[in-house]
Formats: sequence, C-alpha cells, structure tokens
Amino acid sequence: MNTVITTENLTKRFGDFTAVDRISFEVLKGEIFGFLGANGAGKTTAMRMLCGLLSPTSGKGLVAGFDIYKQSDDIKRNIGYMSQKFSLYEDLSVAENMRLFGGIYGMSPKNIISKTGEVLKELELNNERNTLVKSLPLGIKQKVSFAVSIFHTPKIVFLDEPTGGVDPVARRKFWEMIYQAAEKGITIFVTTHYMDEAEYCNRVSIMVDGRIEALDSPDKLKKTFHAGNMDDVFQSLARKAKNS
Amino acid sequence: MAMSDFNLPLSGSWGVRISGISKKYGETQALSNISFHVNKGELFGLIGPDGAGKTTLFRILTTLLLADKGIASVNGLDVVKQYREIRNIAGYMPGKFSLYQDLSVQENLDFFANVFNTSIEENYDLIRDIYIQIEPFKNRKAGKLSGGMKQKLALCCALIHKPLVLFLDEPTTGVDPVSRKEFWEILKRLKQENISILVSTPYMDEATLCDRIALIQSGKILSIATPEQIIKEYPQKLFAIRTENNYHLLKQLRKDPQVNSVYIFGEYLHVTFKDDVPNIEAKEITPSVEDCFIQLME
Repeated sequence: MNTVITTENLTKRFGDFTAVDRISFEVLKGEIFGFLGANGAGKTTAMRMLCGLLSPTSGKGLVAGFDIYKQSDDIKRNIGYMSQKFSLYEDLSVAENMRLFGGIYGMSPKNIISKTGEVLKELELNNERNTLVKSLPLGIKQKVSFAVSIFHTPKIVFLDEPTGGVDPVARRKFWEMIYQAAEKGITIFVTTHYMDEAEYCNRVSIMVDGRIEALDSPDKLKKTFHAGNMDDVFQSLARKAKNS
Repeated sequence: MAMSDFNLPLSGSWGVRISGISKKYGETQALSNISFHVNKGELFGLIGPDGAGKTTLFRILTTLLLADKGIASVNGLDVVKQYREIRNIAGYMPGKFSLYQDLSVQENLDFFANVFNTSIEENYDLIRDIYIQIEPFKNRKAGKLSGGMKQKLALCCALIHKPLVLFLDEPTTGVDPVSRKEFWEILKRLKQENISILVSTPYMDEATLCDRIALIQSGKILSIATPEQIIKEYPQKLFAIRTENNYHLLKQLRKDPQVNSVYIFGEYLHVTFKDDVPNIEAKEITPSVEDCFIQLME
C-alpha cells in the first residue's frame, strides 16, 4: 500500500510544554483520515508540522514523499490546505481566485483555464463563475474554498474544521465533495468537532494531551471502546485529558 | 403560533418576548417577522446555521441594535425605551470572544464585577462551579487560555451581576465535544437558579438539551416547539440504511425515482421514499432534530 504521510515519534515542545508527544502513524493514498482531539490536544501543532509550517523538536516525518525538516517547500507545493477561516480573496470572483491560486502553484495559463472549466462544472459552480466571493452564501464559499485547495491537484489536502457553522444540508454536500476527491486519489486529512463526521472517515485518530490515544476505523473503535457511536468513543478518551 | 404570540402583552411573566421583529441590512433581510417568547426559568434554544440571523436577534435583545419593525422585551422591559434597565439585568456572552485578552482571568472578573457595581464574592455561589475549573489559571492572560477555558471565563463574566436573563450566542461553537457537554451541564444548573436562558447553537445535537427550541434559517423561524414535539411532527417514515460503501449507495439512491430524500448521517444513510416504501428490508428510525431541520429547509 502506498503511504502519503508517515510519522515516527514526531514531537514538538514549546519550552517545558510538550504539545505533540511522540506520535507515530501512517496515512494511505486516497484515504479519508479523521484527525480528532479536544481543544488543546495538539492537533493544530501536529498539522502545522505536517504542512511544513513548523519545525519539529524531534522525530521523523514524511509527507507526500518529502522530509518535513529539509523539504518543507516541496511539501507545500504538493499539499492543499483549507480552514474554516477563508483563505479566499473576497474582492475577486470565483474564477479569479482559481487563476490566482493556480498561478501561485506554478500551473501554466492553459492548464489553469482548462482546470477552471472542469472544476466549475464538477462542483456545479458555473453560475457563480464571475461572482465576487464576498457576495456568496457561506455554504457556496466553503465549496469554492475546497475547490481552490485542490485546484493544483495536490497529493493530500488538509481540512481544518471545514464545516463549522454551515447548515446541515450544506455540511452533507461538503462531505460528498470530499468523497468525490478521495475517489480521484486525493488523500484527505480532516479535523472536525462533529462526531457524525468522524463516521465518514476511513480511519480516525484521537489525540489526548499530545499523544495519539486511539487509531482505527470508526467501526473498530466503537467495538474496542464498547461504544454506540463515535461521540461515546471520544468522550471516554478525552475525559482523561489534562491540557484542555 | 406566531399570530397568537403577537397578541400577548409585552410585560408579564416572560423572560423574553419578541413580536414581529424584522431587520434589514441594505438589501439583506436578516430577520423577517420573528415572534416567540422565553418563559421565566426556561432554557430556550435558537438552532440554526451561520447567517440565519441568530446574532442579529441577540444584538436587538441586548439593546445593542435597533429593529426595523416589531417590539421586544426582556423581563418585561422594553428593549428600546428601557435599555438601561435591561443592561443591568441581562447577561450577554457574544459569539466572538470579547473579554480583555491582555488581562488575566482574575482581572477580567474583577473588571466586570466593578462595572456592575458588585464583587466576585457577592454572587460567588452562582459562579462557583464554573470558577473552580478556571481558578488554577487565574493569573493567566485571557488571550492565552484554551477554547474551553475561554468559554467558561466568558460565562463567569456574564453571570457576575446575577442576571435574570442570560443571552448566550453560540457558546459552544468550535469547542470540542467534551467541553460542550460540560458547558450544557452548567446551563442545566443555572436554569435551576430560575435564570431565563436564550442560547443559540449550530449543533443540532444540542437542541434536545433545551426545554423548547426555535429552528431558524435565513431570518425565518421554521418551527417552534419542544424538541420531542418537533421530532413527532416529522411527516414521513425515515429509514436508516448502510452498506460497505455508503457513498456509492448514496449516488445510486439519488437516481432512484422512488427516493424522496437521502442524506448521509454518520455511519448510515437516512432515506425517505415518495409513496409506498419499496420492498426492501430497512430499519425505520426516529428522526433527530437535524433530520427535522433538513426536512423543514426543503
């Protein structure tokens, strides 16, 4: 099997505080991987290291085949990132945002044009093509944000609480887009506070106080913890936390 | 429901009364003709996504914004004419963290106590359960607290003057499931102090923790009732189906002319059918508030 993320004892300390404590895990190609944990458990710190934005204190990490210490620029070129805070330019239209991000990632103008047409059609955004991002409803913005994050066909896309605040229908449509991207071989690394969304992942890890305390498919985790749903699994693990 | 509400007098034994409130920002109708009431000592949930108008309504009720139309009162006090009195008896926790980031936990509490002419000691009973959880960090700057701790400090500050009515605008957004659960346990205890609580949330699973809820979308109320009643009113038979690959099943069901609606819900797909339920073996289930919200949106 093809792995796109591998970490070995990855650790980050800030002074006396160990934010991420020797985490080791693998994420496979095309997998939807849920990265869960309470506030303050170390998710964001771990994610920033994997995205090449923060240098680890110790341990090893390979993302998209690149070393997180020495090849952080290569990592950035090969991943996509989307957070609940929009990374889109509000004063640009949907298509202009795509052109800008495509250009930043070094795509050729011809490639950008064909890809824009393809993405707009696939995500049913043709009517919004020339609309300024600031005048789009939240659900559509989120869709565009996702489209832009995978515009350069990254190997992995990191989604940091992508569905916070959207209505229940838009939230489900968003997950259908995630499935669609995963089917095309893009690996999805996603954090969420919605426990029903944890069920949509192929595998889920749960971080507590900087450590990965559990990692498995939702079904197996529920069996292991004798829990009816992922919320119960999460509650039984995260209740022990000291850092939150 | 809305019409009969409209005719009730504004003063009386209500924590909050809202009649025909509308508000427009430019071309955007943020609220259209909203009417409901919160009983004294009731825990009332305003459930809806971002952009539904929840914050606009909170700002009108906390006397920070004027409505275009309609009237509202808080504990019998008019939000326009008696705004000063309301500010003394209402506690407000805005959606955006609004405490002083550069002040410590202790300094923030002292500051709010001072503003309201009281002291931490005076109403200590009310905040004790929450305060002891943040006490170990009392010298830490508010800006350096974790999300869950910030929430608890903000709630302490909103309670410091022992308000009669408490307005909580999305207190649990972005907070992990454990802290969310703790927060709702705190609200249940506050209810017993006979404080009227209006709380908003985008998390549908929190709806069942309220006495009554209003489902709100695009400035309009979709439904107001107890969570049990809203679930009872779900008009169709709802089925849960799962296979190895739910995404493939979802795509197939979308194409099936007999299928009325299909949505992913955790490990299952929730499906309703158009006329007669086809000859399949599926488990009929009780809808959740989230199912009801989706159905009412359609």
